[in-house]
Amino acid sequence: MTKRLLALLSVLVIASMALAACGTPATEAPVATEAPATEAPATEAPAAAYECTDALGCVTIAPDEPVHIAYWGVLSGPDSSLGEDSKRGVEIAIDDKGGKILDHDILLTTEDAGCTPEGGATAATKLATDTSIVGLIGSSCSDETVGGIATLTNAGLTTISPSNTRPVLSDPARGPDYAGYLRTAHSDAFQGKAVAEFAYNVLGARKAATLHDGSSYAQALQQVFADNFIALGGEIVAQEAVAKDATDMKPVLTTIAAAQPEFLYYPVFVAVGGYVTAQVRDVAGLETVALAGSDGIFTADLLKGGGPNTEGMYLSSPDFSAFTGDYAGFIAKHEAKYGGSTLSTFHAHAYDAANILFAALEKVAVVEADGTIYVPRQALRDAIYATKDFQGITGTLSCSPSGDCGAPVIAVYQIVNSDPASWNPADTANPNPKKIYP
Amino acid sequence: MRTSPGERLLDLAVSGVLWGFRILLVAAILIGTIATIRAGKYTSEQWIDFVVFGISQGSIYALIALGYTMVYGILRMINFAHGDIFMTGAFAAYFLATWMNGTGFIDSYPILGLLIPILFAMIVAGGIAMLVERIAYRPLRGAPRLVPLISAIGASFFLEYAFRGFFGPGVYAYPPIKALEGEWDILGIGILKVQVVVAVAAFIMMAILYSIVMFTKVGKAMRAVSESKDTAALMGIDVNRIIVSTFALGAAMAGAAGVLYSLIFRQVGFFMGFTPGIKAFTAAVLGGIGNIPGAMVGGLVLGIFESVGPSLFLEGLGITRPYQLKDAIAYTMLVMILLFRPSGILGERITTKKA
Repeated sequence: MTKRLLALLSVLVIASMALAACGTPATEAPVATEAPATEAPATEAPAAAYECTDALGCVTIAPDEPVHIAYWGVLSGPDSSLGEDSKRGVEIAIDDKGGKILDHDILLTTEDAGCTPEGGATAATKLATDTSIVGLIGSSCSDETVGGIATLTNAGLTTISPSNTRPVLSDPARGPDYAGYLRTAHSDAFQGKAVAEFAYNVLGARKAATLHDGSSYAQALQQVFADNFIALGGEIVAQEAVAKDATDMKPVLTTIAAAQPEFLYYPVFVAVGGYVTAQVRDVAGLETVALAGSDGIFTADLLKGGGPNTEGMYLSSPDFSAFTGDYAGFIAKHEAKYGGSTLSTFHAHAYDAANILFAALEKVAVVEADGTIYVPRQALRDAIYATKDFQGITGTLSCSPSGDCGAPVIAVYQIVNSDPASWNPADTANPNPKKIYP
Repeated sequence: MRTSPGERLLDLAVSGVLWGFRILLVAAILIGTIATIRAGKYTSEQWIDFVVFGISQGSIYALIALGYTMVYGILRMINFAHGDIFMTGAFAAYFLATWMNGTGFIDSYPILGLLIPILFAMIVAGGIAMLVERIAYRPLRGAPRLVPLISAIGASFFLEYAFRGFFGPGVYAYPPIKALEGEWDILGIGILKVQVVVAVAAFIMMAILYSIVMFTKVGKAMRAVSESKDTAALMGIDVNRIIVSTFALGAAMAGAAGVLYSLIFRQVGFFMGFTPGIKAFTAAVLGGIGNIPGAMVGGLVLGIFESVGPSLFLEGLGITRPYQLKDAIAYTMLVMILLFRPSGILGERITTKKA
């Protein structure tokens, strides 16, 4: 009797979990921490005449306190090379400032968001409770932003993402929760189109298949590709998906093989990308299909995971040769500080994001005679949105009212050597991967 | 025992709902299967491929599940660090195999190039499991059941992030063994060599383990300790030694599974043990936890269902992108088995006294 009741209960619980999973995820806004409407003015500065009138309140930094900024992104798990790479960009930007801004030290806090909506919500909630934080760089994965941005915006914070590329994040109709969100990365509306044109016009493919991992990044990007490919006159013969922690890709690849594509596009992250690449040639019918991925797997880690099959694979990415700033100088600093080649694609975007934040900070901060700084939050946010003709590494950046600051120049690269040690897209004489389009 | 009419009515209603649920599930599976087969999207060769992929994945699940089931049989605890023991084995084999590959040894002696890393991984994984048992579990023996469970989760995180600290967050590619590339023609069907080798190796390992448990003195002692620790101690069995050897044996299987897994998927990373660990635990419960042949059967069944299921059951029901629901199939199956046979496919082997 009780056993049966228990069984019934467990069925109901599982059913309700399934139903909950079917619902739209991450629309519920996490409970916003109370916005500091009036930051308590520093008591140790009685001479200060500054009165905070900012709509979102002010951050007060005492003379001996550092200016506190935060970085949030994926720092653990299989996709951590993406987040680690961007973090290095921020750290180099801080080094270039001599570690100081407005004569205060810069303090960088990092928070792992795990490349998931839940991780993003957790990281954002944690950072939003810290009232000393002035501004943020992050997140790495679009999913993290979807989960955490409402919390950050409502806490009066502003974040600049170096690597989120999901189109909807900077859509003009994105909603007030995104008021505190900007990005230096390109929107995938450009990236998916570039790959579709490459596949149709350059490779002459007419039948393409896509595979994504359910992340908001991959799901949106493969759809942009599919729409553009169909618009060009091609046919999408299969659009499959796997779970993010899937390892055995042969069954799903067999399903794709049954549709006989000429071009397989899987704009996923490193773990899934590696497994697909390593297994795809073993599946009957896919021995010669052209393989293509995107900036999420534009890293030497793909070669480690994918093995010899990566040779000849196509990857789209921001066009490094179109970077107008001193990218070579950045690479030299990276080499000196960390040794070895860069980990992923968005280090330069992170460097630019940090510098945009610093420039805005210097513009709006109110410095008292004793060194106390007041940072009005709304003014800071407005100043970041007002960024115009900013000379960054990735180009000349201007932020749109919907948060797009990037200069979207996309190129398609081809991997010419599957040895991870040979990974060096910035090399002029012998690059791997090598730019082939446009 | 007499029950009131109200209770009997409730009983009837509950079993009615449960039966309805069972019938619904079976009907959904049948309709999906028939619709898929009628659609005729896949050739029979592709179906065989699905099954073969499932067997090689399933035999790896089975190898890991053995460790869960053995430790549960003897201590009644779930060793959640077991998936990470699997990872340590894969790492050990990776470093040895990479070094051997550099000297050209693997190309000249492919069989030794396969066996030596497996042995090395078994030794390393066994050693680490013994350490984990000594540090994280033994001091807590006799504590309430939840305590070692939490300690196991702690040990799992410790292993994961210790390896991340040592070897970084990225992944490493296991060196390919050239002799295993390509296909073998078995009964007119081309099957990937690596899949065959992995499945055969896993079955040999399981046979060895089974004979150790059934036919040796240590195995006898393990079964005795599993029945009753106190009685076994009175019979002159060193219970601590037997528990340690159970951990080591289970871990050695996981270590070997780590190498086989790396042979198929070619990626070694600090987080690789998490999902296979959970799946293997599912397999152990499926087969009947505490039951060694049950773990093997559970692993195989889970692997094959995961591989065949999405295209066979779900595509016919008109579900697009069915592979995202692969895990749903695995866990729905777990629920179904627990509904139809609460003690698992082959039955849980727990003496009434312990349960």
